[in-house]
Amino acid sequence: MYKYDTYDQAMVDTRVEEFRDQVRRRIDGHLTEDQFKPLRLMNGLYLQLHAYMLRVAIPYGTLSSAQMRVLGDIADRYDRGYGHFTTRQNIQYNWIKLEDTPDLLGELAKVEMHAIQTSGNCIRNISSDQFAGAAADEVTDPRPYAELLRQWSSFHPEFTTLPRKFKIAVIASKIDRAAMRLHDIGIEIVRNDAGEFGAAFYVGGGMGRTPMIGPLINGFVPLDQLITYSEACLRVYNRFGRRDNKYKARIKILVHEIGAAEYTRLVEAEFAHLLAQGIEPPLAELARISENFADMAFEVGAPGDVDRSDPDFALWLDRNTHAHKAPGYAIVTISLKPVGGIPGDASADQIRLMADLARDYSFDELRVTHAQNIVLPHVRKADLHALWTALDGAGLSTPNLDTIGDIIACPGLDYCSLANARSIPLAQKISQRFAARQEEIGELKLKISGCINACGHHHAGHIGILGVDKRGTENYQLLLGGSEAADTSLGKITGPGFDEDGIVDAIERATDLYLTRRADGERFLDTYRRLGMEPFKEAIYG
Amino acid sequence: MVEPLRFRDDEAVADPAVTVDSFGDQTNAAAVRLEPGDDARDLLPCLGRLRLVEINFPGFGDGRGYSAARILREHGYTGELRAVGDVLVDQLAAMRRCGFDAFAPDIAFDPADAQAALARWADVYQTAADRRAPIWAKRHPGAVHG
Amino acid sequence: MKVLTGNDLKSGDVVWWDGAAWSRHVVDAVDVFDQADTILAREQAARRVNAAYAIEATRDAQGVRPAHIKDRIRALGPTVRPDLTLKPADPDAGNWVI
Ligand code: SF4
Repeated sequence: MYKYDTYDQAMVDTRVEEFRDQVRRRIDGHLTEDQFKPLRLMNGLYLQLHAYMLRVAIPYGTLSSAQMRVLGDIADRYDRGYGHFTTRQNIQYNWIKLEDTPDLLGELAKVEMHAIQTSGNCIRNISSDQFAGAAADEVTDPRPYAELLRQWSSFHPEFTTLPRKFKIAVIASKIDRAAMRLHDIGIEIVRNDAGEFGAAFYVGGGMGRTPMIGPLINGFVPLDQLITYSEACLRVYNRFGRRDNKYKARIKILVHEIGAAEYTRLVEAEFAHLLAQGIEPPLAELARISENFADMAFEVGAPGDVDRSDPDFALWLDRNTHAHKAPGYAIVTISLKPVGGIPGDASADQIRLMADLARDYSFDELRVTHAQNIVLPHVRKADLHALWTALDGAGLSTPNLDTIGDIIACPGLDYCSLANARSIPLAQKISQRFAARQEEIGELKLKISGCINACGHHHAGHIGILGVDKRGTENYQLLLGGSEAADTSLGKITGPGFDEDGIVDAIERATDLYLTRRADGERFLDTYRRLGMEPFKEAIYG
Repeated sequence: MVEPLRFRDDEAVADPAVTVDSFGDQTNAAAVRLEPGDDARDLLPCLGRLRLVEINFPGFGDGRGYSAARILREHGYTGELRAVGDVLVDQLAAMRRCGFDAFAPDIAFDPADAQAALARWADVYQTAADRRAPIWAKRHPGAVHG
Repeated sequence: MKVLTGNDLKSGDVVWWDGAAWSRHVVDAVDVFDQADTILAREQAARRVNAAYAIEATRDAQGVRPAHIKDRIRALGPTVRPDLTLKPADPDAGNWVI
């Protein structure tokens, strides 16, 4: 993975000192809260429902076991013994003190981590495929491009006060595991007929209150123009994005209102101008970054057979491991969704254990997924049973990846000051209700947001749930038919909303209908797409 | 208004800055004031006679002026580029990078804070209007860019 | 009744105006009648509280009950982590917020 050089380290260290100074000026009264708020947000510090919340960046979801261990230690030392992995591959701490934050950031900087641009109206942490560098289906590792973009976007002087936040995802596989087309910019690294790599740009996707699937605006940007093209996309947005209404300020609204063709024309004109400005790093820089992502020293001839005689282990194997590009290896996903648990939460001890397991079994490397799970990307098949045994002892072996129990849920009204309703208790009830049947139901992606901001990606769930405020009480709307995979689609609302117990029953009626009507091999989403909304509506509201 | 903080040696322009609309009609005006909604590219035909461009920030959260500043510099404008309005000291470093060389904030900067802000960043990741050599250029001395 | 709430500037703790200072316990909250704006302006300017605002509440046998569920959750803590609330020993504390 990427190692900082002295320049990268100095940038992060400088930001710690800058923020230390900003906190001092806030506490001594030189800065008002109105002035300080954007400064602290640019460093991931929110004021949430109960306390300050700090969001730490995990660039493109990749981290080392040493970094993971520090995340666990910080949870103990500065928080209340746990962390929450987010839907954008980051980690959040819920109980941070403002006065401690500079020291905490100093601890992070020692292991090449930071909270830079994890909030605010700027370019946020770049997300990517959690299987990058391990998946058999990628054309190349997308992370060098993500790292190039990370450096370009860090402290970019022109783009610190955009109309709204700006999220970029980079993938390099036709199988989209990063919801690429639901980002402000989704970049897919592709290869043309001549065998050259380039970047396909999808611009103007997003969730929130107006979900949109990003249109393709350029199918092949050469790699030596990647930064210049990105800068053109951002400049057009910074100049023309709406600023009169924060709910219409995302780039998706600009692209939608002026049309993808006009947006593209503006970008191409700006791009033509910027090409002469010398802003593109040389390809040698991309090569330097790529060296950090060279393949691990995979053992040649690692045994491919796994003893499946333990049925619990076999179930976990089938559910939570994926094919690796190297023979004799597997990709392991650790579910942070125990039955009745809080999606994405992990205790300090669990975080440190996962760090140790990554050191022992996965070349020191971990990934965070946007579905709030943890990946050990490079595990020898011969080690899988020992790994599973260790996970099982720590409550980390739930075999439910991509099933109805593997719920994405935002923090909701238990933590978030913008929420209308709680998300977590609902996730807990659903995972308990369906625990015995999740294997029979099979792949079913269920996603819950506590308000229209859609951090829980409810639009993109096969089943989505949106919390709303109905005259002071929590109420939940049900959506069906969303997907954030390569077959991206947006869910549709079934009809009137439900209370907390009502929506669990409604989901059960929908899954019952699926079980009786499904054709061979059909997932819930496939059956829904074949039958349409009507029969589901009848079953739900009957 | 407080005395502007300037990073130029020439004499400050005394003329009042006019709006972009009236600038178009007044062929002798040398100072213009851009509002966030104005298009900096409308000034390109007249760059030669411009000596002062004021870019107004009615609220610090509206960042259109950063793009306007860079566009003017990228098209060769060398006169004074002054940030006016709700300009905060924590924006100073980024504004300098975008080509601003004068600042007339509504509330004067604390001089020590301003000095610290300008001295803080030893290196930068991007090329911008200040033409500082970015980190990638230092990593690859002599590399042909692109 | 009208009560004031906010967060401590340095620690971020949820606090309630008790008539003289800021308490962590909602039961201490007092009715500020028409003084909300005056007190908020004074206390925020002195940085004794941050991001403070006035809310409606009622007083009942159990103490002060904020009108909106959001402020009741702020008063208690996260309902999904009873151990981290202000009433860790009371297994039914979460029912109060609903
Ligand atoms: S979706 Fe709403 S409630 Fe959930 S985390 Fe985002 S802003 Fe908060």
